[in-house]
Amino acid sequence: MTFLLQAVILLPKAQAMASQEIEDLATALARLPGLGPRSARRAVLYLLKKRETAFTPLVDAMERVRANLSTCDLCGNVDTQSPCGICTDPRRDPRSLCVVEEVSDLWALDRSRLFVGRYHVLGGRLSALDGIGPEDLGVASLVARVAAGGIDEVVLAMNATLEGQTTAHYLAERLEGYPVRLTQLAQGLPMGGELDYLDEGTLAQALRARKPMV
Amino acid sequence: MPTIRALSILRANPFPRRYSGARMALSNLSLSQFRNHEASRIAAGARFNVIWGDNGAGKTNILEAISLLAPGRGMRRASIDQMARQQGPGGFAISASLAGEELKIGTGTNADAPSRRLVRVNGAAAAATSLADWLAVVWLTPAMDRLFLEGAGGRRRFFDRLVLALHPAHARHAARYEAAMRERNRLLGETRAVDPGWIDALEARMAEHGGAMAEARADTLEALEVQIDALADGPFAQPTLALERKGPAETDALAAALRSGRARDRAAGRALAGPHRDDLIVTMRQKGQPAALCSTGEQKAMLIAIILAHADLVAARRGSRLILLLDEIAAHLDPARRAALYEQLADRSGQVWMTGTDAALFEAVPTAGRADWSVSGGVVTPTG
Repeated sequence: MTFLLQAVILLPKAQAMASQEIEDLATALARLPGLGPRSARRAVLYLLKKRETAFTPLVDAMERVRANLSTCDLCGNVDTQSPCGICTDPRRDPRSLCVVEEVSDLWALDRSRLFVGRYHVLGGRLSALDGIGPEDLGVASLVARVAAGGIDEVVLAMNATLEGQTTAHYLAERLEGYPVRLTQLAQGLPMGGELDYLDEGTLAQALRARKPMV
Repeated sequence: MPTIRALSILRANPFPRRYSGARMALSNLSLSQFRNHEASRIAAGARFNVIWGDNGAGKTNILEAISLLAPGRGMRRASIDQMARQQGPGGFAISASLAGEELKIGTGTNADAPSRRLVRVNGAAAAATSLADWLAVVWLTPAMDRLFLEGAGGRRRFFDRLVLALHPAHARHAARYEAAMRERNRLLGETRAVDPGWIDALEARMAEHGGAMAEARADTLEALEVQIDALADGPFAQPTLALERKGPAETDALAAALRSGRARDRAAGRALAGPHRDDLIVTMRQKGQPAALCSTGEQKAMLIAIILAHADLVAARRGSRLILLLDEIAAHLDPARRAALYEQLADRSGQVWMTGTDAALFEAVPTAGRADWSVSGGVVTPTG
């Protein structure tokens, strides 16, 4: 009985479904965040079926990005050019600078299309326990940018985690003395949120940061 | 392996109502691969749950399981990777539903990550500190008979458990305070020069969360004193409570104290000022005597008085009753005090879980809403 069970479980491994190259592709895809072996196999099957309409364009797009991939010297964003598209966009307000922890935060903020200034990516957050100090982050380049002048407001858009808030506090201290307005993202009631369901910490924040109706 | 499956049976509605105003009582409790329980299911009584059995049968394990439905390390303060059943596949699961509420909460570990505590609230992953939003659990254990004789840590934890029932955010503040303190300790211990602005930033976080902790503790202490005054002159010694602070309570003053204490803290290898060193001072009111000098029975009685006053306080403030876990509670009480305790508990309508070695110890427990269980070798059997 045990032997039979083992045989059934081992069967898919023992009998390869596709060539080694295709298996390698599925394995590489499976390592991507959000994917697993099963979804990777589905993606591979899809690409194999739609060779002209999906596979070739994907490979071309990946190759173009791979060839030109660079980190922006100014802000730390990832793009195919340096300075990046955001830093070179003339419609953006150079007097307003938003500091974020990671490129993913920049992308999240920029998706909203509400912030019209430029960004600065730190590349992480202060964490003594993980051995990440100011010198490991884009702090010096941020201070240099602010010191160079031409910036009126710095938005410290760190995460509301302990490390994020520590980092924000640290940056505020480093930027003290420069003629810039330092601001922080508001914390409190989320859109569509019901008071009844909020934790006390968030409620307390929302109350503290309350504002006049008109 | 059973863990994920056991937890995933919880319904997937992440936004039920919080406990304010509701009766807090567990209706179904299940333990899978936890301690010596392979698979125990308990359909709990609304008021009294009496668990009896021999030493080592697994009675206290049930109470410990319930204590893990609150933030923290549970009533034994054991490490989470020691809790899975030894002969089991690794990993454990505890889940419970709340009487009259569409709420299921669960906690446990997986075999592949035995030291990572998983928490689920109605099927959705949640932080352990968020458990305080749903349930308030308070316990008395035989180990706490030495609460007044041993270090301040035990008293602080006991008191924080009481604070948490009134201020669910207390656990979050404490967790963040301690995380910032660990970072600061690490920085102060560095041999290379560290940017002082970084330490400033961490101290600002410690001061913010430490100030909130101190405020919640002060509020609880004051309210508890009023409630203890209101306790009828019963057979239980009345305690007077005070908080001994090892640093300023107010945020700005705490930040200043941390800043000026850096050199001292660096030498000591830890922070010497702050709410993490507060102590709860208990004095017996009738004799004006420090609790440590009172008899064992008097000490136990004062703990019980605090617990009863606290139950009243939670009811008055939150409109809900907490869950009381009383491990071997009858051990130090004479029959008259035992009866008085049961009577006082009956007046308070919360859910009480009690253990003992002998069913006879619980004869005086009221029968309404009562369920009895005998435990042997990790197997739970209803007995009435």
